[in-house]
Amino acid sequence: MSLEEYKGVAIFAQQVDNKLSSIAFELIGKAHELAADLGTDVTAVVLGHDIAGLADKLGEYGADKVVLIDNKELETYRTEPYAQALTAYINEYKPEIMLVGATAIGRDLGPTVSARVKTGLTADCTSLEIGDFPLQAREGQEQKHNQLLMTRPAFGGNTIATIACPDNRPQMATVRPGVMQKLPKEAGRKAEVINFNPELTVNNRFVEILNIVKNVTSTVDIMAAKILVSGGRGVGSAENFKLLEDLAEVLGGTVSCSRAVVDSGWKPKDLQVGQTGKTVRPNVYFAIGISGAIQHTAGMEESDIIIAINKDESAPIFDVADYGIVGDLNKIVPALTEALKAELAAKN
Amino acid sequence: MDFTLDKKHEMARQLFREFALNEVKPMAQEIDETEVFPRENVEKMMKYGFMGIPIPKEYGGQGCDVLTYIMCVEELSKVCGTTGVIVSAHTSLCCDPILTYGTEEQKQKFLVPLASGKKLGAFALTEPGAGTDAQGAQCKATEDGDSWVLNGSKCFITNGKEADIYIIFAVTDIVEDAKGRKSKKFSAFIVEKGTPGFTFGTKEKKMGIRASSTYELIFQDCRIPKENILGPRGKGFGIAMHTLDGGRIGIAAQALGIGEGSIDATIEFVKERKQFGRPIAAFQNTAFQLADMKARMDAAKYLVYKAACTKDQYMVDHKTSYSIEAAEAKLFAAEAAMAVTTKAVQLHGGYGYTREYDVERMMRDAKITEIYEGTSEVQRLVISGAMLK
Amino acid sequence: MNIVVCIKQVPDTKGGVKFNPDGTLDRASMLAIMNPDDKAGLEAALRIKEQNGAKVTVVTMGLPKADDMLREALAMGADEAVLVTDRRLGGADTWATSSTVAAAVKKLDYDLIITGRQAIDGDTAQVGPQIAEHLALPVISYAEDIKVEGNSVIVKRQYEDRYHEVKAQMPCLITALSELNEPRYMTPGGIFDAYDKEVTVWGRDDLTDLDDANIGLAGSPTKIAKASDKVRKGAGEKVTLDPKESVEYIVNKLKEKHVI
Repeated sequence: MSLEEYKGVAIFAQQVDNKLSSIAFELIGKAHELAADLGTDVTAVVLGHDIAGLADKLGEYGADKVVLIDNKELETYRTEPYAQALTAYINEYKPEIMLVGATAIGRDLGPTVSARVKTGLTADCTSLEIGDFPLQAREGQEQKHNQLLMTRPAFGGNTIATIACPDNRPQMATVRPGVMQKLPKEAGRKAEVINFNPELTVNNRFVEILNIVKNVTSTVDIMAAKILVSGGRGVGSAENFKLLEDLAEVLGGTVSCSRAVVDSGWKPKDLQVGQTGKTVRPNVYFAIGISGAIQHTAGMEESDIIIAINKDESAPIFDVADYGIVGDLNKIVPALTEALKAELAAKN
Repeated sequence: MDFTLDKKHEMARQLFREFALNEVKPMAQEIDETEVFPRENVEKMMKYGFMGIPIPKEYGGQGCDVLTYIMCVEELSKVCGTTGVIVSAHTSLCCDPILTYGTEEQKQKFLVPLASGKKLGAFALTEPGAGTDAQGAQCKATEDGDSWVLNGSKCFITNGKEADIYIIFAVTDIVEDAKGRKSKKFSAFIVEKGTPGFTFGTKEKKMGIRASSTYELIFQDCRIPKENILGPRGKGFGIAMHTLDGGRIGIAAQALGIGEGSIDATIEFVKERKQFGRPIAAFQNTAFQLADMKARMDAAKYLVYKAACTKDQYMVDHKTSYSIEAAEAKLFAAEAAMAVTTKAVQLHGGYGYTREYDVERMMRDAKITEIYEGTSEVQRLVISGAMLK
Repeated sequence: MNIVVCIKQVPDTKGGVKFNPDGTLDRASMLAIMNPDDKAGLEAALRIKEQNGAKVTVVTMGLPKADDMLREALAMGADEAVLVTDRRLGGADTWATSSTVAAAVKKLDYDLIITGRQAIDGDTAQVGPQIAEHLALPVISYAEDIKVEGNSVIVKRQYEDRYHEVKAQMPCLITALSELNEPRYMTPGGIFDAYDKEVTVWGRDDLTDLDDANIGLAGSPTKIAKASDKVRKGAGEKVTLDPKESVEYIVNKLKEKHVI
């Protein structure tokens, strides 16, 4: 493989039901930075059926080129036809970087394609930049420049590793959704649209989709929740938990509570965090109106980020919180919900 | 002398530990509060073979050894003394005497379902008028055609109302010695739940092991088949004593687990709990108390494991006696558990006196281990009796 | 039918994490467990065995101490176990790992291969699909339900907002989610039996269908540039602000941490 033949930054622009996923724009945003450092351009690759209409939007969000692979076999995601199509793109257009979203699709497509084209793939990256490998020059080892340095958490977030792919092309990464910033929309900005029609070979690896069931809701399990909005006695009443439920809904989180709340009959026991309840470890734990007695903190202190809101500045919850806000939850929580709604609406 | 466990025993301990933490611990406080027998967990233990660990595979058991069984009771008791005694009473007091004294037919009919986890077992010796003094027993069995007819009652029976198969001791004969002194001779019987004339009396309201089903058993003209006598007629006392030797190792393991569990809970607590601006673990009193607790439970552990290994030798060679080892293990482990759980409560301070913390329950649970299957005083009699023989 | 389940021994991440000087993981120093997704895959295989009849073989690549995990799998009910271990295979990325495991699986009979979706140490979710690629098999990732019907499998394939019910012809490879089932416990007797069984041990030289260019650290396209432990958090911040400022403060922190 001649590495020099590979040029440009490509992203897999995921669409589902012919609607582009948010990750597509996030990847373009990041790809733009990388392409600027490398002095090259950004290509968005869309796979699907009847997808011509998606090219404009990709252009407006910063894609320089859009490659459309339109085929009936690509209508709904299946590993094999998608892998054949993306592999064909890579072999034909030879991008030096190929980014894929770390979604339920991307984390299946990425490894399949990377193995097929025999290159490395770094999973679920949270940071990407162009730099040298090795980072510092070492005697007896060539230091390569303009490498993609891919940083990712591992071990459940306990470690951070930066990974390079110096000897194979393209350099491939799947990128965690929601981390990269999309560019502001530039109305009327046009990408060069390329229709690419590789032949797809139906083989034994094509699976059959029997049924598609949308919006699978799962039962409330506070131990599995990524975001918990937890309330204590300070919430004041069962009715007032509405404030917390609204906040949880905006963030896609779940409401939990302290023992005092269960004892007061405001919430059922299966939502209780702490010594006599459940031990939880979400990415974000909001402790709202919770004083933070040892019985409670024992069940939540391993959370990645703890945000406490309490009007008592000497509440022990502040000893375990990463971010503590001394204030009135009745004022802060509804305002926070509104602010987050606005933030998230602006993103989409 | 090698004090390390081999890999299979290590893995078995890991299994019991995982089961205890995942399944038993979350329920422990609730069943103590409600005093409801943990049927669901018992069924899980039945499914995973916990109810026949030292019983050979040909009789439906797991074909492991006494040490493995003892570690099971220990690990369960670390999180829930009630669950520990359910397994102990079933295995040591019901499966074991059938394995030791049963006929092949009895083993097939009763031991196989017990050891394979289809049925639960219990053992009934104690009566209202006869605890340590067995001669006070009133429950009797009389021969009538091809049946035995039981009359009388038994009390404080573990797994009482929940069991399916019971070992019952009853007076079958009264003999007179050369001086004309009368003494009662006992026989052991296997009785199934549902036998007409066999009913349940009052449920005991206990200080600890509150979800263990402790009931009075009542026999009124309860007719059981003649072939349900276990061992020879008139040899019931010996069967009971020998069975209790084994049972004591189970209770010693329960005590061991409760004591160790209270240390685990205390370590967690003293690292969290702050006074004067630092965790109380940083105070030397806390540290020294913990050291004493640990040393004491470790000493208990070696006595308990020694007794288990001696019983394992007995399983191979019936000439081996484990009576003294069992008595020492139970005496020491029970008293260690009581002392250590009391200290654990003390180190928890006011929290330790509340039901929110496990050590409160553990201290209550520990007390029974000094009492049942032979009080500490009885163990001292057994040990000193052998010393002064 | 023959089911091969690929499992991995992983450090229990609760115990803390260590690295070798070259940036690779120092697995030897950490507490080891069977990876949860893999355990769900094994459970799925054991259920198929109970319902349809099957021989279940577990395969792992790892250090010699992975023997413990294989015994655990046997104690749960697996029929045979294979340990692929060799110093020359160490430091492998997902390409080299999947190449090696695929070479081992090729030596076995299989109708169905099940792997976990991802391991809790690497969190890559790549090895399963890549094994399928090396073996040219259909792959169904993210399985939350598996049924065997004749010569095919019907799988619930999970996506973010839906699932697909997918049918694939065997032989094929499925990656299992831990949500798939509640894995059984071992039995005490199963543990004793497991230690009486033989575990097959294969070294590099036993894997004939494997190129040296595709194994170990040298055969890994991706290279670790640096790795470090996440810094443990110290005491947090505490602020007293008016409600509007408080909201801004929280929103900014959530943005900083990529929560929103």
